Parts: sequence; C-alpha cells; structure tokens
Amino acid sequence: MRSSMIIPILVVLVSPAISAAQEAGADPLQYSGPAWSPYLVGALIGVLTMLTLYFSNKPLGASTAYARVAGLIGKGVAPRHTQALKYYQDNKPVIDWEVMLVFGAIGGAFLAAWHGGELTGEWLPAMWEARFGEGSYALRIGVALAGGILMAFGARLAGGCTSGHGISGALQLSVGSWIALICFFVGGIATAMLMFRL
Amino acid sequence: MFDSPEKLVLGLVTGILFGFLLQKGQVAKFEVIVGQFLFRDWTVVKIMGTAVVVGSVGVHALVMADMASLHIRPAQLAGVLFGAVCFGIGMAVLGYCPGTSVAACGEGRRDAMIGVLGMFAGAALYVALYEQIAPLTQSLGDWGKVTLPEVTGTSPWLWVALLVVGGAVAMFLDSTRRGTSIVSAGARQRANAHR
Repeated sequence: MRSSMIIPILVVLVSPAISAAQEAGADPLQYSGPAWSPYLVGALIGVLTMLTLYFSNKPLGASTAYARVAGLIGKGVAPRHTQALKYYQDNKPVIDWEVMLVFGAIGGAFLAAWHGGELTGEWLPAMWEARFGEGSYALRIGVALAGGILMAFGARLAGGCTSGHGISGALQLSVGSWIALICFFVGGIATAMLMFRL
Repeated sequence: MFDSPEKLVLGLVTGILFGFLLQKGQVAKFEVIVGQFLFRDWTVVKIMGTAVVVGSVGVHALVMADMASLHIRPAQLAGVLFGAVCFGIGMAVLGYCPGTSVAACGEGRRDAMIGVLGMFAGAALYVALYEQIAPLTQSLGDWGKVTLPEVTGTSPWLWVALLVVGGAVAMFLDSTRRGTSIVSAGARQRANAHR
C-alpha cells in the first residue's frame, strides 16, 4: 500500500512542473544549447530529494562524503591515528551511501556532458581569465585549493552544504537550514563582489 | 569498510541522477555560480527554488501519508552562522559547491578537480579539530532540531503553500520579463564566453 501511493503523488508533482517548464520555454529540453530549463532541472531535483527520503531514508546531501573519503585515505596512510580521532569514532569512515552518491554524481555529470557535447579539459574559466589574466594557472590553483578547504570546513561546521541545507533542509522547513542558506549567500555575494566588482 | 550492497547501489543511482541533472542545469560552471552571486545569472536560484518548492510538497505529502520521516539537522547557531559564511566565501572563490564541483569534475574541469582536493583537506582539518570544535558548536546557541512550523506553532502546509505561491509569482514575473530579463542576458553572456 505504501509503495502504491508514491506513484499518484509523483504524477501530481511532476506534471505541473513539466508543464510549467514547457510554458517557460518552447521545449523543456531545449534551453540555450545543451542546457535544460532550470525549472525542469529544479523540479526533478525536488522529486529526487523526495524519492531519496522514501527509498534511502536519507536527506540528499553531498558534503559528508568528503570527510568519509578523507578518513578512508587516513586509514590507508596512518591507520592508528585515524582510528583514534573522535570524529571517526562517531562517524565511521566507510564506503557508504554518501560516498557512492559522490562517485555516481561524477559519472552522471560525465554522461550529461558527453550527451550535450560539453566535455572539456578547461583549467581556467573564461570569466576568471578576463579578470585575472590569461595563463593565471598558479593563482587559480592556489585560490581553488583555498576555496575548497574553506568550503568543506564551513560545510562540516554548519552541518551541510548547498544540497544538504540549501535544498534538502530548506524543503523540510528546518530553521537551521534556512539560516545556513541565507549565510551561504551573504558570504558568497560579498566575496564575489570583492573579486569581480572592485 | 562497506555499507550494505543495497545502500551502495541506491547511493550510486541517486548520485548518477543528481550529477546528470546538475550538469544539464548548467550549474557545474564557474560563470553560473559566481554569476549568481553577482546577480548576473539567476540559474542557481531558479534550480534551488524549484527544487525546494516541488520537494516541500512531495516530502510533506510523504510524511503525512506516514511513508517517510523528516531528517532535520540541529540549528546550532554558532556553527551554522560561522560555518555557512565560511562556506559561502569558499564557494564564491572556488566557483563550485560540493555537489556541483564533482559534477564539474565529470565535465572535465581541471580547476574543480583541484577544488575537490582542497575539500578533502578542509574536511580533514575539521575532523582533526573536531574534539575542540564540537563542544563549542554543540553548546553555543543550540536550538535543537526545530522546523519553522514547530517554532511558530503553525501547520507545515501553510509554509508549503507560501513556498508554492512565492515560486509561482517568481516564475510568472520571470516569464513576463523574458527577452529583456537578466536571465537571457546571462545566457547571452555565457554564449559569448563560449565563443
């Protein structure tokens, strides 16, 4: 009975989303080249969070996997030290649902990029080059590393990222997630303005 | 070392769908993420907004039908405020978020791959400092696992209805302004950047 109810709920949810996306553009799958309408993509991600909660009993989120993989690397390099860490006693570093989600996302994005002819080997985004100069590889590598460190540290401190708090938490109407979502944008807007508008 | 095979397969399938959608939604691109923070490109807000509206209806319907339960993370103010601002700064600097950076890796973007290495380091840094940090974040301003309906003593459907109406109005305004809107300007900018 439980699983038979999910189909009508899905139909009710997806059909207005697709028709809305069709109104927004002539064809939901034709939106400036290989891109899909953001409304269609958003609606499908919304349905995916719902299916994830139903089938996997988990909120959709990407950032926990990084701490798990860091722990798996740590187990290989310094097993005794890694096992002694309190975080890994509370959250065992194993290959789990979250880690597979991240591996799957690499594959899914590869398929989508291949399908749309968007596979690239680009080091410097065009917007970056226009601002920081052609061939600014060293600066980009340093900044990308620093950004990654700050972002993952912040995600663990805040308890989630753009998907865990920003989508899954916000749609569950979690107070902490809405505060986090606002703060993501406050930090991001201030930084982007400093980098590209000054 | 491993979760149950069923969970691993579920995670993998969910990830493939998620990565596919992120790439098709164009959010695995530096210009789109940073363009949102500069208010030049509204793709990120459109995707996140639609996902929240559609997902909130679906998830609350599931909960009402007793087919799923909510998974709320505790609102620990100090950690959330400081961590989320750090996250936003890092996201603007890198130009990808944790989900979209792996999608950008799938697309072949080298700077995203460097960012992912940085994220392993950042997560490891948190893990190393966890014993010192956790007591602070767990004690400073912990409101617990609360939701907006619980705090205000209202029905979740009131909030879901607000989200649906807000989303519908935003979509309507976007469709009436199409042609001269920031949206198509963003798309044009991207098209120019690709040339």
